[in-house]
Amino acid sequence: MSIDLKTIKHISKLSRISVDEQKAYKLANDLNSIFKFIEKLNELKTDNIEPLTSIAETTLKLRPDEVKSKDIREQIIKNSPQDNEDYFVVPKVIE
Amino acid sequence: MSDITKQSLSELVKNIKDKKLSSEEVTKAFIDRSEKSKELNAYITEDYSSALEKAKKFDQKPNLNLKLPGIPMAVKDLFCTKNILTTAGSKILNNFVPSYESTVTQNIWNEGAILLGKLNCDEFAMGSSNETSFFGNVQNPIDKNLVPGGSSGGSASAVAGQLTPITIGTDTGGSIRQPASFTGTVGLKPTYGSCSRYGIVAFASSLDQAGPMAQNVKDCALLQEIISSYDPKDSTSIDFKRNEYSKELTNNIKGKKIGIPKEYRVDGMPKEIEELWQKGIKYAKDCGAEIIDISLPNTSYALPTYYIVAPAEASSNLARYDGVKYGFRAKGENLIDMYEKTRSEGFGAEVQRRIMIGTYVLSSGYYDAYYLKAQKVRKLIKNDFDEAYNKVDAILTPSTPSSAFKIGEKKDDPVSMYLNDIFTVPVNLAGLPGISIPAGHDAKGYPLGLQIIGKAFDEQNILNIAYAMEEKINFKNKITDWWIK
Repeated sequence: MSIDLKTIKHISKLSRISVDEQKAYKLANDLNSIFKFIEKLNELKTDNIEPLTSIAETTLKLRPDEVKSKDIREQIIKNSPQDNEDYFVVPKVIE
Repeated sequence: MSDITKQSLSELVKNIKDKKLSSEEVTKAFIDRSEKSKELNAYITEDYSSALEKAKKFDQKPNLNLKLPGIPMAVKDLFCTKNILTTAGSKILNNFVPSYESTVTQNIWNEGAILLGKLNCDEFAMGSSNETSFFGNVQNPIDKNLVPGGSSGGSASAVAGQLTPITIGTDTGGSIRQPASFTGTVGLKPTYGSCSRYGIVAFASSLDQAGPMAQNVKDCALLQEIISSYDPKDSTSIDFKRNEYSKELTNNIKGKKIGIPKEYRVDGMPKEIEELWQKGIKYAKDCGAEIIDISLPNTSYALPTYYIVAPAEASSNLARYDGVKYGFRAKGENLIDMYEKTRSEGFGAEVQRRIMIGTYVLSSGYYDAYYLKAQKVRKLIKNDFDEAYNKVDAILTPSTPSSAFKIGEKKDDPVSMYLNDIFTVPVNLAGLPGISIPAGHDAKGYPLGLQIIGKAFDEQNILNIAYAMEEKINFKNKITDWWIK
């Protein structure tokens, strides 16, 4: 299998990471060498194996739904790149 | 008292409890040495003046019943620290100030420790050499232009260089054990679920674990008993009875069965690694352990499995960095353009590579072929360990397939960089505890480590084995202070 530039463009769109031609070319090279290495897994037959989805075999615990962090609005907003009063500001989304 | 920084944690604690040293004296000594050690680039953020204030405050009314009474220490910059910059080694978080504290660091401060600063690491803990950090390379105190390993490279460098008596790192595929091995220090990756992940910048959630790094096994055991706790704020935290590891530490390992997995004898492994391993086997025997040959047949599939599972989880975890609520934002013509430019300019090359791999293996049409396949192989790898632990109490392997390499040597070849973690990655995939202890030097005089892998929740056992072997090995780290002018 080989990952071409078109696939890189597609993944970059899904990842929301912009790539120019030069970067796409480099990524295609890197990803191909990594996938060549990953493809070793095809040697193994795994038809009847249950996938391991969680290493900690516990059931999730329930807890009361209580507010524990109070009065941190200002601290949270302070970390935003752009804000207006109590809102996060983003580029205009409605024309 | 110029030799304060040479003391182990246990010695410092004793001297403070005996009132031979004040917290201020100790804190000042580590700050002075850290100031003289800027060339190592171990710190991302220094918090020295506040550390001194806290030390003075501690001395006014010292609570000597605490386990870390007035002990200064720096931590990996992957742990959220309230009101103190937390970057994860990334440009995208270079202005992020958390409004909360990670559980692991909170446990440390509750025992009286004082924060010196935040330590350099690979960006989002993705790397094995600390070269992916936005804040630059870290120097290994062992030799100039040598990588300290990664991703907890700043942590390993700071402990080996005596800029901090102890530290904590995180380990997703070897990020504590490999740098410990490269710097002649001790590093423990605990059982998955032992230490809370709350407040740790997430990389791969089913693999990430915080753990202690120290100059010796005893200090490591003490720090582990402090950081390990059940935490309702982490839904994968496990409620089990935790030992007081340092109190129960013993060098009596007579009759313990230690397995030697033949699959760890990999092609092209340097002769000195094989010799180190043999030496380790002999030491374990000298301690009264019984050596048993075992097989972990799927070992060679661990690394390819890891490079599906870890990037998949990372691509999902790192989706939150969108330039809206915190962190770096690039200018864009519209919302989507802003997202794409923010992530393109904010993440470094390795992080982007892994997000792309992860996105690809999770994408429609490829999920079964890659992600599901990897989860199945992960099961086989775990089964190998379960099978082995029917016969043995612990497993002994080398920590890494080589000693530390030069800065830049492997930077442009991702696969050769990934191979560094060949002996450590299986442990994360199986959720087991593993400890790296320094065990010798190669021909260049660089340290080499041995890894002891335990059963889940059996930290006490591997700490005991490490403690017994440490005594026999009697390793001396060769630190020349070359970076101090």
